[in-house]
Amino acid sequence: MTNPSSTTPLVQITDVSRAFGDVVALDGVSIDINENEFFALLGPSGCGKTTLLRVLAGFENPDSGSVTVAGQDILALPPNKRPINLMFQSYALFPHMTVEKNVAYGLAREGLPKDEIRSRVSEVLVTVGLTDKARARPAQLSGGQRQRVALARAIVKRPRLLLLDEPLSALDRKVRVEMQLELKRLQHEVGITFVVVTHDQEEAMSMADRIAVMSQGQVQQIDGPVDLYQRPANMFVADFIGSSNRFAGTRVFGGVDVPRIGYLPGEAQEGSASQDVVLVVRPEDMRLVDESEALLGGEVIDIVFYGGSSRVALAVDGHAAPVIVSLQGAASVERGTTCYVAWPAAKAVVLESPA
Amino acid sequence: MRNLGWLRLPLLLTYAFLYIPIAVLVILSFNASKFPFKWTGFSLHWYDALFHDAAIRQGFINTLIVAVGATILATVLGTLLAIGIARYTRSALLEAYALAPAIVPDLALAIGLLVFFSFIHFTLGLHTVLLAHVVFGMAFVAAVVTARIGQVDPSLEEASRDLGASAVSTFFRITVPNLAPAIIAGALLVFTLSLDEFVIAYFTDGPSTPTLPIVIYSMVRFGVTPVVNALAALLLLVSFTAVIAMQRFARLSDAL
Repeated sequence: MTNPSSTTPLVQITDVSRAFGDVVALDGVSIDINENEFFALLGPSGCGKTTLLRVLAGFENPDSGSVTVAGQDILALPPNKRPINLMFQSYALFPHMTVEKNVAYGLAREGLPKDEIRSRVSEVLVTVGLTDKARARPAQLSGGQRQRVALARAIVKRPRLLLLDEPLSALDRKVRVEMQLELKRLQHEVGITFVVVTHDQEEAMSMADRIAVMSQGQVQQIDGPVDLYQRPANMFVADFIGSSNRFAGTRVFGGVDVPRIGYLPGEAQEGSASQDVVLVVRPEDMRLVDESEALLGGEVIDIVFYGGSSRVALAVDGHAAPVIVSLQGAASVERGTTCYVAWPAAKAVVLESPA
Repeated sequence: MRNLGWLRLPLLLTYAFLYIPIAVLVILSFNASKFPFKWTGFSLHWYDALFHDAAIRQGFINTLIVAVGATILATVLGTLLAIGIARYTRSALLEAYALAPAIVPDLALAIGLLVFFSFIHFTLGLHTVLLAHVVFGMAFVAAVVTARIGQVDPSLEEASRDLGASAVSTFFRITVPNLAPAIIAGALLVFTLSLDEFVIAYFTDGPSTPTLPIVIYSMVRFGVTPVVNALAALLLLVSFTAVIAMQRFARLSDAL
């Protein structure tokens, strides 16, 4: 990742709020996005990510706060004057125009000479691999092809910032994985800053350099995918991203004291002792150990084999939810037997209990 | 049509009921006889007489003026009304009031307009008929266009703005082309309705500028001549052409 401190961010969103009646869609959101970054806004539906995207594109005005792109205040500009393009969730291809005309639309509105429009359109159609569909109508294209046209139509304008609203949600699973890689390759190739909105954490993790996790109109955490996964800032992020085992208790030195289980080790973080906290351990950070090294033990109640990995569910005395352990390959344990698990303290995160 | 069985009979009767009068009318328009109900041989005589009848020709011209004028005005206003309601208000009440003139009884609309025109001391003539036809025409156009707007992705207009088009440019390049099938269908509907509209025209027209339906009405009061049959056959041709064209556009709009 680039070093953010060396340059001023391309996009500076400062304390942006927006309410629709009683519903607060954005609540004091501040995000900096760097030049050439692949940035993701991730959150469940209704978290405000789409509203933020529409604020950036100019279809929604915030009640307060400011948004600058390359130092310029963009909130005063109408959508057609912003150096930003949006790829719509529905793709919004113009049904009465050919692929070529769709892609040329934005350039024609800039009043560019016809020759330049023609060469830029054919160039971008090569980039997205749709040269042979130039004269087709959107209705004649597959979902994946439509998405590429929508992308071509947006990037041909060479915006400073490209916004993508749930870009992959309309595609079936196999095409989606292909397009994830494709989008990342394209972002590299065209050198445009991408901001993608998604509710799919896998999508965000696989594509983005940095991710802002949002909930109820607020930014919960902004970090790279690995940090977000390994160092969730709060319970919402820990819950929303990946699966985890959670042990509620009170904070003690070097871990958490869990009622009816006892002391469990975790990464020490700042906070007062005997505060209510939750210890979060990822299933893949747990390993099977001998009884002598065990932190927890329980009966195997379920084994699920996923091909590359397996998940083993343990019923642990004193803990309501089963403890999930993820193992490489096929599980070597059997249902009904007793297993023991442990984890390195550094892999377990201690978080404040949600209020 | 498969396995219709005995239901073919009522189907046949229904269509006979619908179309035999029209067929009789068209056939009799080619009758050589002076008496409308007795066939004596094929002739185009009555069509010839029709084209040389000054009153009918003037009535037809008056009707065309009203129909074309009302169609243009009603189409523009009705389309704008439909877009305005759909895009800016989403008010069910406003929408209901916009569509109401299409279902208000003609007689009520006719009397209301006559009273209104007299109240503001407006001289009656073709212009008042034209305005009256715009009233219900607008409602029909608005209804057809409203149905179409519901099927058009609202993000098309946003995409156009996002790609650098102004609001006006977006309206003409994106909104209108995507609504075109409905706009054209609505226009054809208003044209055919206005062409043979009698009740409202009778109330709101001035005495010196009768429209074709009024001319025909005054003719048949003194007995039906085969000229009227010929005229009705021609009107039928115009209406059918318009309806077929309308269906074509409707199909086109589904295909888009």
